[in-house]
Amino acid sequence: MSAQSSAIVLAQGLSKTYRIAEKQPGLKGTFRHLLRRRYRDLEAVKGIHFAIEEGEMVGFLGPNGAGKTTTLKMLSGLIHPSGGELLVAGARPQRRQAGFLQDITLVMGNKQQLIWDLPPWDSIRVNAAVYGIPEGVMQRRVRELADLLELGEELHRPVRKLSLGQRMKAELLTSLLHEPRVLFLDEPTLGLDVTAQGRVRDFLATYNRRTGATILLTSHYMGDITALCERVLLIHEGSLFHDGPLGELTSRLAPHRQVRLELQHAQPREVFESFGTVESHQEHQVQLLVPREQLTETVAALLGRFDVLDLEVSDPPIEDLMRSLFQQAGVSET
Amino acid sequence: MRRSRTLRTVLQFWRSSLEAESEYQLNLVLECLAVSGNLAGSLFVLSLLFSGQSSLGGWDWNEALIVLGLYTLLDGFTSCLLQPNLSKIVNHVQQGTLDFVLLKPVDSQLWLSLRCFSPWGIPALLAGVVLVVLGLQRSGTVVHGDGLVLGAVLLVSGAAILYSLWFSLAALSIWFVKVWNATEVLRYTLVAGRYPVSAYPPALRLVFVFVLPVAFMTTVPSQALLGQGSWPWAAGSVLMACGSLLASRWFWRFALRHYTSASS
Repeated sequence: MSAQSSAIVLAQGLSKTYRIAEKQPGLKGTFRHLLRRRYRDLEAVKGIHFAIEEGEMVGFLGPNGAGKTTTLKMLSGLIHPSGGELLVAGARPQRRQAGFLQDITLVMGNKQQLIWDLPPWDSIRVNAAVYGIPEGVMQRRVRELADLLELGEELHRPVRKLSLGQRMKAELLTSLLHEPRVLFLDEPTLGLDVTAQGRVRDFLATYNRRTGATILLTSHYMGDITALCERVLLIHEGSLFHDGPLGELTSRLAPHRQVRLELQHAQPREVFESFGTVESHQEHQVQLLVPREQLTETVAALLGRFDVLDLEVSDPPIEDLMRSLFQQAGVSET
Repeated sequence: MRRSRTLRTVLQFWRSSLEAESEYQLNLVLECLAVSGNLAGSLFVLSLLFSGQSSLGGWDWNEALIVLGLYTLLDGFTSCLLQPNLSKIVNHVQQGTLDFVLLKPVDSQLWLSLRCFSPWGIPALLAGVVLVVLGLQRSGTVVHGDGLVLGAVLLVSGAAILYSLWFSLAALSIWFVKVWNATEVLRYTLVAGRYPVSAYPPALRLVFVFVLPVAFMTTVPSQALLGQGSWPWAAGSVLMACGSLLASRWFWRFALRHYTSASS
């Protein structure tokens, strides 16, 4: 571990195996399950390695059941790893020491800690007491965070009367009151509309810039990842598939680039087949997939042969790449 | 420093839970009605048990009132603290919100045991005190200082044993998730404590002393208030309370090692 001791999050050979009771359907299966249970081991995380430096914002990607949430729960000390080494903010998370818990926070898009019948202010006061934050400091931090999150009188309204977006913003405020150094965010924009998603993204970017907090973010919305994270970890069936810049992941997943042409004169589809894979063809518009290493000469040849009004080169959308990767592996993404 | 933070936390817990409960004012009326109904029912059954005889297992009517009073007091304590907190542990495990408790730099057992304070147990607490005072007055008992201390020690020990049993049963939800039935059975077994243990058949008496220590919660403290207690009993009761508290603590830590957290 010493080689990467400056990392604020360090996982080496991290693994987690769950023992799961299996039950056949139907009444017969239920009786068998009652009398003689059958268990099997499910390897949710299979010996993954990664290190995150202080202040980094890292996206954590993978389809449902890939092991993202299990990893986040091990990083935050909620569940014990089955194997490997883990250090977060200099502590072993599973020991759940007070100093470590003071340094981290975990925000889950599908669960909330706010008291349902009371305004967020009451939950904020409970957290201030739990984290030992003096009244004056609490007031100042709430003011700053509420400004960033554009929260005002919502903090005085019962949680049950708030919209999903307002609740998530209040949840973020409450979770960040103790100024944690490491933020684990599990689907923080889940179910939010486009505007609310944008606000949460803007807030996270600003918070990271202002405080230098380290953020590990999982999301099914690629927009969250592309807007916030330069680096991504891609986990698939419990193994780490990629650790590096988002652009590198795109190159790795897509050995082709997309070339879109707008032509002066319509051309038949066949003439483009020697340049690459024709994705779509309409009279004046053509979309091709061209191998990355042949891109320069192909573009030059296209410009030389046809009257081109417009030409655009891009990577295929990351959503499409992820979907095809997960489908190739027989895993459906939601 | 740490102690004052814990105290501030518990006070804030209770403040917020009182505020949340006050959203439902009708509960106070319903709880007063429930306590009155329960008390009337218990007194009626007690009067049936006494019909045609002046003693029940060696206890006269006024002494039996003291046992009923201590039971009502304990029931009030259960409604104020045990029921609203310990019954939520199963929900926390099932819904995955135990995660939020475990993420806080505060003792998780303390949080789960003291997070809520329900004012709806207060009518039962008051009714219990009234019944005990009435029973003592009518039986002409003068409670001396040592009898009062002995009774209080025994009552607190009984409450601690009850808490430990309940908490440990609720902790089983880490493995079995749905353990409502077990905790409900425990609560309803305690109803046996509203009458002197000697009023039950010998086999049940053994159960209420050695298996579910109902006898230690109401009958033994009542004897102490009536001047029939003994310090060795009190010492034994305190030892048992400390042992069960430590056991519940150890069991909770052991259970957490097996916590897998609900899936998202």
